[in-house]
Amino acid sequence: MIEIQNVRKSFGALEVLKGIDLTVQNGEVLTIIGGSGSGKSTLLTCINGLEPIDSGRILVDGTEVHARSTDLNELRQKIGIVFQQWNAFPHLTVLENVMLAPRKVKGMSKPEAEAMAVKQLEHVGLGDKLSVYPSRLSGGQQQRMAIARALAMSPKYMLFDEVTSALDPMLVGEVLDTLRLLASEGMTMICVTHEMKFAREVSDRVAFFHQGVMAEIAPPAELFGAPKSPDLQKFLAATA
Amino acid sequence: MFDTALSANDLIFLAKGAGMTIFVTLIAVFFGTVLGIVFGIFRYQVGPVIAAPLTFVLDVFRSIPLLIQLVLANAFLGMVLRLGLSGLTVACIVLTLYTSAYCAEIVRGAIESVPQPVRRAARSLGLSWRQDMTNIVLPLAIRVGLPSWIGLSLGVMKDSALVYVVQVTELLKSTQILITRLQEPLLLLMICGAFYFLISFPVARLGGYLEKRWTHD
Repeated sequence: MIEIQNVRKSFGALEVLKGIDLTVQNGEVLTIIGGSGSGKSTLLTCINGLEPIDSGRILVDGTEVHARSTDLNELRQKIGIVFQQWNAFPHLTVLENVMLAPRKVKGMSKPEAEAMAVKQLEHVGLGDKLSVYPSRLSGGQQQRMAIARALAMSPKYMLFDEVTSALDPMLVGEVLDTLRLLASEGMTMICVTHEMKFAREVSDRVAFFHQGVMAEIAPPAELFGAPKSPDLQKFLAATA
Repeated sequence: MFDTALSANDLIFLAKGAGMTIFVTLIAVFFGTVLGIVFGIFRYQVGPVIAAPLTFVLDVFRSIPLLIQLVLANAFLGMVLRLGLSGLTVACIVLTLYTSAYCAEIVRGAIESVPQPVRRAARSLGLSWRQDMTNIVLPLAIRVGLPSWIGLSLGVMKDSALVYVVQVTELLKSTQILITRLQEPLLLLMICGAFYFLISFPVARLGGYLEKRWTHD
């Protein structure tokens, strides 16, 4: 369970998160929608401790992410994150990209890590690209590799930060299938996205962020069917 | 003139000088690189303000001509501290610090060239700072810094000619001694240049080879 309690975060004078309260249950798929600068991506990077927060608390399975005593490197093993930019390790092959963390962080043996990496890469449809360097892959393929890289750590939670934004339409469906599969396996997921169709299809609940505030949260049918706040109505009209 | 002037012993004498050049260079490049990596990572990690004193000292080593550094260090270590160090030791110490000052800049620049988001991705997978450094930053930074580092090493090798001022007889000094005796400056300098080339060429080629090997594009 991920509990976000009154989290505030500023970059300089700009307050990007103005007191967010949100609880994500195990097995839940939550998508976050909202305009640019609404704070949704920042929240994701706060959840795995990549960004410090100014006040409030974030608890992952009861462990306070930003507490001094928390071993972030250990905590991050159960929180996978995939970014809009896939950030491949350019000096490693696709297989090595995925094997690196299981080997170094989990201390898996080479055959064990390789088996895991191959499994995850086949999962995302890159089984034929194992020994290729990332520079030879298309953006979409690199993104799928980044997903496999995160999955290879067998995380309990997956955070997706606009992962389909850079994919060509042909590949979006494939990624959606992967995410659905993950959801059916009981993965708890938080997806920040601009794809309304995607949000409608995969999520249990959808949260709408507006100017650092979570303006609305509801199951997709309700949120898209009967938006309450004028900001959400405006946003949905603009993105439709 | 050739056979009467230049004997095999003279060539051996030059080779010994070349050996001294290689020795001083190896010491300076090895320890200078180790120190340079430490200084470079420190400067990158703590930021410009805290690193300011170190940056200043390194700037001193980079901006004062090596010849002056050698003479002053020799005088200071010998006459003020009375350490009784040999000229060779003084030469190695000064050249090491000189090398480390340049190397620190190369290291800092190379680390900065590794994109932040890539390091974030590594950290988000649970890699520690050290694991990120050794598995991601180091391999990527080496590719960026290597050409400059090869250039630095070759430069230090040639700059090491200046250690004659602290009574170390390396390749160029050996050549000068022979010139004084044999009065054949052009021939001897050609031979001396050939020695320098023989030392440099493999290093330059090794750099080219590694660069090629590490390119995946």
